[in-house]
Amino acid sequence: MTSELLERTAVRSATAVFTGIGVTAPNGLGTQAWWEATVAGESGIRPVSRFDASGYPATLAGEVPGFEAEEHIPSRLLPQTDHMTRLALTAAKEALEDSGADPAEMPQYSAGAVTAASAGGFEFGQRELQALWSKGGQYVSAYQSYAWFYAVNTGQISIRHGLRGPSGVLVTEQAGGLDAVAQARRQLRKGSKLIVTGGVDGAVCPWGWTAQLAGGRMSSVADPARAFLPFDSEASGYVAGEGGAILVLEDAEAARERGARIYGQLSGYAATFDPGPGREGEPGLRRAAELALAEAGLSTGDVDVVFADASGVPELDRQEEAALTALFGPRGVPVTAPKTMTGRLSAGGASLDLAAALLSIRDAVIPPTVNVTSPVAADALDLVTEARRGPVRTALVLARGTGGFNAAAVVTAAN
Amino acid sequence: MNLKELTTLLRECAGVGEGIDLDGDVLDVPFDDLGYDSLAILQVTGVIERDYQIQLSDDTVAEASTPRVLLEFINECLSSAKAAA
Repeated sequence: MTSELLERTAVRSATAVFTGIGVTAPNGLGTQAWWEATVAGESGIRPVSRFDASGYPATLAGEVPGFEAEEHIPSRLLPQTDHMTRLALTAAKEALEDSGADPAEMPQYSAGAVTAASAGGFEFGQRELQALWSKGGQYVSAYQSYAWFYAVNTGQISIRHGLRGPSGVLVTEQAGGLDAVAQARRQLRKGSKLIVTGGVDGAVCPWGWTAQLAGGRMSSVADPARAFLPFDSEASGYVAGEGGAILVLEDAEAARERGARIYGQLSGYAATFDPGPGREGEPGLRRAAELALAEAGLSTGDVDVVFADASGVPELDRQEEAALTALFGPRGVPVTAPKTMTGRLSAGGASLDLAAALLSIRDAVIPPTVNVTSPVAADALDLVTEARRGPVRTALVLARGTGGFNAAAVVTAAN
Repeated sequence: MNLKELTTLLRECAGVGEGIDLDGDVLDVPFDDLGYDSLAILQVTGVIERDYQIQLSDDTVAEASTPRVLLEFINECLSSAKAAA
């Protein structure tokens, strides 16, 4: 191995800071609209409008409001992109503009893209597969080759913004929104200066619905205010949504050199697995949180707020309550789940929670959990149901992905 | 097929790059310069093959670097299809 290569692969302990946020969420298109709605407790869960869901057991979704693709996406990209990729491109552009960084001005391999995904462009894929079996292969778009591929958002974001450095995609369902950001941090430690990361996801289409219904965890309640009630005695599963957040993660030194505004630092992260099927043992969520705090060099007493995974499936809610009580003691920390306003966003959900954590730090406010009126464990959980004002310096974000994935991230105010 | 028909199909199948005037004199402008990559050309030639019921060889599609060259391939194919009919 040459010394040059050694130098290039040497792992540095670079500090990773967030310098840009872009959001497409069911309760707001764009960071500002979403954050204002989130602090005000305005939900974006409504009857499905992207397709006729009246014949399905689940009829509600969190859909991004007022999104006209032509206003956000260049003409060349329209024929080749699924709806959720268009949302991701929109969020990525906002995040980069917000960061003030210009990848075109940077050394060409110093900026990259790492996003989380679940299945790629389902709606696009469904349309083309229907064309295939109803009319024949000649009716299938050449762009099907990648539009429905799970790595498509990373590819399209990196091409559009000239991010020629490291790229990648993480597929760990809801945990992906944190796992991708951690992978971005690994790339910074290997010498990259900036990684566009996070996740935007969505499959509000019959195929996406059928796939999720098979998991048995979607709520069949038709009242938007009663369908997704994590930690509540009436919890009945989750409502699915589309959207998420794209974040700019930068090497702290590089960010300071260019005078960037810093939202906060990724101070700790860990991922764990649950015990395998049929095996006894505690789920991995608590351990993930402990490991993330240990990496950050913080104790549970330092945490000002927890953004919960908030499954909405009673058994999983009990597990999360148990993990939080074991870590913090009864009512030992404010816990919130703004995803009650968006539904669960697959790979986009935890990235959106990271964005919320960063803005909680900036604005000294914890956004509320909405609609939860009769929490099962009121003695154990200090659930924030009205926006709560007060300084936030450290936030713990938790995420669990179907299949046994757990991830925890600790976000702290910039020094 | 004339240039106007081809550019209409390009617009429908693959969009138009920012700052590109497809209605201008683009007959000899390389597809690269018009913002179209090989997949865009594959998409438009696939639609042409389907709608005109012709078969363009993969090689000719790969060699068609400008609208003029692609139109020549297409029209050649169309006239031999007509002669065969």
